[in-house]
Amino acid sequence: MDPTPPAAAPENGPPLANLAGVSHRYGDILALDRLDLEVREGEVLAVLGPNGAGKTTAVSLLLGTLPLQSGAARVFGSAPDAAGVRRRRGAMLQVSGVPETLTVAEHLALFRAYYAAPLPTARLLEMAGLQELRDRRFGKLSGGQKQRVMFALALAGDPELVFLDEPTAGLDLDGRRRLWDEIRGLKAAGRTAVLTTHYLEEADALADRIAVIHRGRLIAEGSPEEIKSRTAGRVVRCVTSIGVDPARAFPEAAGAEMKGQHLEIVTAQPEALLRRMFALDPGLSDLTVVGVGLEEAFLALTGDGAGPEGGA
Amino acid sequence: MAADPGPALLWHLRIALLETRFQFLSSLRLPAFAVPTLLFPLFFYVFFAVVFQSGGPSLTAPTYMLATYGVFGIFGPSIFGFGVGVAHERDTGALLLKRTTPMPAAAYLLARVGTAAIFGAVVVLALFLLAGFAAGVELYRGQWFALAGAIVAGVLPLSALGLAIGAWARQQAAVAVVNLVFIAMSVLSGLWFPIQMLPGFLQDFANVLPAYHLGQLALKVIDLDLGRPLWFHLALLGGQTAVCLVVAAAGFRRFSGR
Repeated sequence: MDPTPPAAAPENGPPLANLAGVSHRYGDILALDRLDLEVREGEVLAVLGPNGAGKTTAVSLLLGTLPLQSGAARVFGSAPDAAGVRRRRGAMLQVSGVPETLTVAEHLALFRAYYAAPLPTARLLEMAGLQELRDRRFGKLSGGQKQRVMFALALAGDPELVFLDEPTAGLDLDGRRRLWDEIRGLKAAGRTAVLTTHYLEEADALADRIAVIHRGRLIAEGSPEEIKSRTAGRVVRCVTSIGVDPARAFPEAAGAEMKGQHLEIVTAQPEALLRRMFALDPGLSDLTVVGVGLEEAFLALTGDGAGPEGGA
Repeated sequence: MAADPGPALLWHLRIALLETRFQFLSSLRLPAFAVPTLLFPLFFYVFFAVVFQSGGPSLTAPTYMLATYGVFGIFGPSIFGFGVGVAHERDTGALLLKRTTPMPAAAYLLARVGTAAIFGAVVVLALFLLAGFAAGVELYRGQWFALAGAIVAGVLPLSALGLAIGAWARQQAAVAVVNLVFIAMSVLSGLWFPIQMLPGFLQDFANVLPAYHLGQLALKVIDLDLGRPLWFHLALLGGQTAVCLVVAAAGFRRFSGR
């Protein structure tokens, strides 16, 4: 049986938004591979994965800015780009700017007008820490300040659901901390938020639940504690006659994968694992044992969790 | 539940007006856009129609140029606003962000058309003042209004042309393409000097250029056109606008399907 139970977050009612069996291709590249993703009401969900994992594609499909190729995407029970949906959610995109010659206050005035019950301007400025900058032109702001404007625009309509696609990418430490505080404020205000990031630290700091995406597939989900516990440890790498499936079944193994000729096993108990492996295959060779980096953490998660059976 | 944002039409109108207001403000604050679009046509008109023709035997040239530089004056804001502006907003992600909001796409297009029309109307007004007071052009009152209307209405086909460029070209390329199209089409459409001065095959070629038909429509108001029927110009303009819109739609589809 699966040694680590799936996330125990209670499911009450249908998810606020979800992708079901969604695959997406850009030419020859498979960006999403039968991805299932659920966003539950009131949570901050972090979608964690390395660059190119498919996070932005998943968010774009939930926003309806990319056409769905296969599978299903629902937000508030409707198609993601339905007018009714657009009134109830906000988004901060990874690549985005607004006209540089307009001021912060002018941009807010325009975006507020799109919604029936927008947040008051003063509240938006406060939530994004922009009070001092309201009459500054967008083009004259620093990178961090621009991100905070984009954050305020995402909240202009007082949305129930907010998508934040790599909100802290390119920010310095101070800018990142400030935006973190503001995202925490969202949660305190009872909003549901979906955040993509490639920093485990960021997901850990902000999220109630983390969904790990790797090569377009959901490979794990759970609370930050669960995810962290499953990514600690060592990677044992060697050439061996032991197959990947038996390796996955080792009690010490958190996950296993073939990388070319090499078998890679992630483990919290490398010594015990190696004793077992030498007993099974005395001819084991080309052995290395290294600490888990983020890539290996994703590999560890690939070995169990929700990932479908990997090919040989 | 959120309150209903009022009758849909009023809501659309309100957004369109706000979009126009901010689009206009944003363009006005961009010297690279505002200065050439406002000053170039006036500068050309002063040079060619007022200074150059001063004391000349007839008022035909300043009157003729009032129509063609008027069309030139609406050409700039239309093709730059759409061609460069749309390409820029697409590259910066501003368009994508707006697509995630409830903003109706029509409001965005209307705002850009409206902004080009406002800039164009300012140019036309300044040209009229120059023509009336400095060049001594005399027209019937109805002709002034008809001429202004014919010129400003040109914002529609010229915007469609700009949109087709903006939908396909990246921002940097868009600047080059728009400048090239703007200058070449102005000359080949007879906006800078009378089309009769071009060789015959180029006069025939001008039929594929929307700016040529707009120039002829404006000239028709003051009886200085080449004498083709009104429907001929309108039909070709309509067809060219439709082609531009189809090309633009294909460009946006390509972009959103990435």
